[in-house]
Amino acid sequence: MNDYLLYPGCSMETSARAYYDSLKAISKPIGLNLNEIEDWNCCGATEYLGISLTPAYALIARNLALAANASNGKQDLVAPCSACYLNLAKADHYMREQPKLGKMVNEALAAGGLSYKPGSLEVRHLLDVIVYDIGLETIEKNVVRPLTGLRVAPYLGCMVPRPDYENRWSDHEYPIELDVLLKALGADVIDYPLKTECCGGHMTQIGPETAFELIRRLIATADEHEADTMVTVCPMCQLNLDAYQGETNHFFGTNYHMPILFFTQLMGLAFGIEPKDLGFGLELVSARNVLDSLGVKAPPETPPAPPKRPRKQEGLPRPKPLSKGPKVDELEKEVAQ
Amino acid sequence: MTDVSLRAVPLVPNPVQIEDLTLLEEVASRTAGVSRLEMCIQCGTCGGSCPSAAIMDHTPRMLFAMLRAGMREEALKSNTYWMCVSCYHCVVRCPQNVHIADVMYTLKSMAIQAKLYQDSTAPDFSKTFVEMVEEFGRSFEIGLASIHYLKHFPLRLANMTPMGMGMLSKKRMSLLPKRIKNMDQLNAILKRAKELEAVQ
Repeated sequence: MNDYLLYPGCSMETSARAYYDSLKAISKPIGLNLNEIEDWNCCGATEYLGISLTPAYALIARNLALAANASNGKQDLVAPCSACYLNLAKADHYMREQPKLGKMVNEALAAGGLSYKPGSLEVRHLLDVIVYDIGLETIEKNVVRPLTGLRVAPYLGCMVPRPDYENRWSDHEYPIELDVLLKALGADVIDYPLKTECCGGHMTQIGPETAFELIRRLIATADEHEADTMVTVCPMCQLNLDAYQGETNHFFGTNYHMPILFFTQLMGLAFGIEPKDLGFGLELVSARNVLDSLGVKAPPETPPAPPKRPRKQEGLPRPKPLSKGPKVDELEKEVAQ
Repeated sequence: MTDVSLRAVPLVPNPVQIEDLTLLEEVASRTAGVSRLEMCIQCGTCGGSCPSAAIMDHTPRMLFAMLRAGMREEALKSNTYWMCVSCYHCVVRCPQNVHIADVMYTLKSMAIQAKLYQDSTAPDFSKTFVEMVEEFGRSFEIGLASIHYLKHFPLRLANMTPMGMGMLSKKRMSLLPKRIKNMDQLNAILKRAKELEAVQ
């Protein structure tokens, strides 16, 4: 078994539940043992860094300190979310690069009885661990339902391959890790040119028109390549492309229907796990086409909520429609004559 | 005698400009890590790689030149860093390894402190996000979204209803915030961090 510490991040419990569910479902078969850090806090996303330096890094470093205590230098710290992964890696890196920052952050941590020695943890993204530690061989062994004929667009977004402080990825702008993983599952992987372009990030909240164009570009390109689904490694990318796809369609007058799934969901499908245990059905742009093409029975759709007030079966009384009786026939004959 | 009229630019700049030439240093020193901001060679690779460049008042290259020229007010009023999506394309392409994305974060915090931002949408979003985190130790999407959209995008709400209802009915948004157990510890850490930041 490979033991790791897990920093799930806020969205894994809410908007990216499908990612967490599917991760839990695939962990056992591939021998991935994840221990969640006790009482972790939000990493601050990209927002806290723009408000105030020391508090932002102290917020991130509390997680590093808790993780280092639990790890004893034995386990790597794994984050499935891109923003969390980058923030944790960034704090560790900059506290080393700039000792003054390390000192300030540790002074703040001391107020809570904690400390963190920069460099004492390896911070890694989930995809990195699955491809390089678990390995493609183990993945292939677990495939019982190859994703044959399923056309997938591998989409990584920004913060996993960039800025890549520890040189973990094959390339900063065109890495192949997700492609080879999906190929190992038997999928038909398209050479997706925008695989590390931006999903819009927080622009959906502050400059929606810019975000819609970035989303449109990604979805339109996947659609031109006749992808059945786009596959992401990041809760933010999934949220922007899935939840804002409707608003983007509305804005441009387009009618795209591109399901956005997490790579762990496709791994689970290929491993023969039931779709309902992999968070299928939680996406807003339905991924039924993916399940249908593989001949997998989709989980029952959540029944629509019953209307609050039952509608009256009959409306107001209205005149009976004219029936063509014998009298009408006679009348018509007379008119004809 | 030398022809004075040939000197269109005075050799000695006025004292105000000299004082503000520390702006570049100030930004660099307030940035996490070693920013390498002073190494910029004005090549423009950053702006050419930027997905938001079209809506920026100044490309990152222009902004860095303004910092170097000590144009404090103009630089802090620019929308450039508020439009940055943190995609790090410029960072990995910069031939001088300037930590561009981190410089953008620094400029955000300086603009908020000097109250020089022109559009409050992005600063408000960041502030509300941080307030939620400082209250609960976790992000709280529905609280954040309702405060933010009601203030800045009330007209978008109609288009967003199906999405919001979908997120709620699929339990992808929680109506109640989740609070971490040791909130006292986090508060103590953040309080001390803010004190340290203030004496900087």
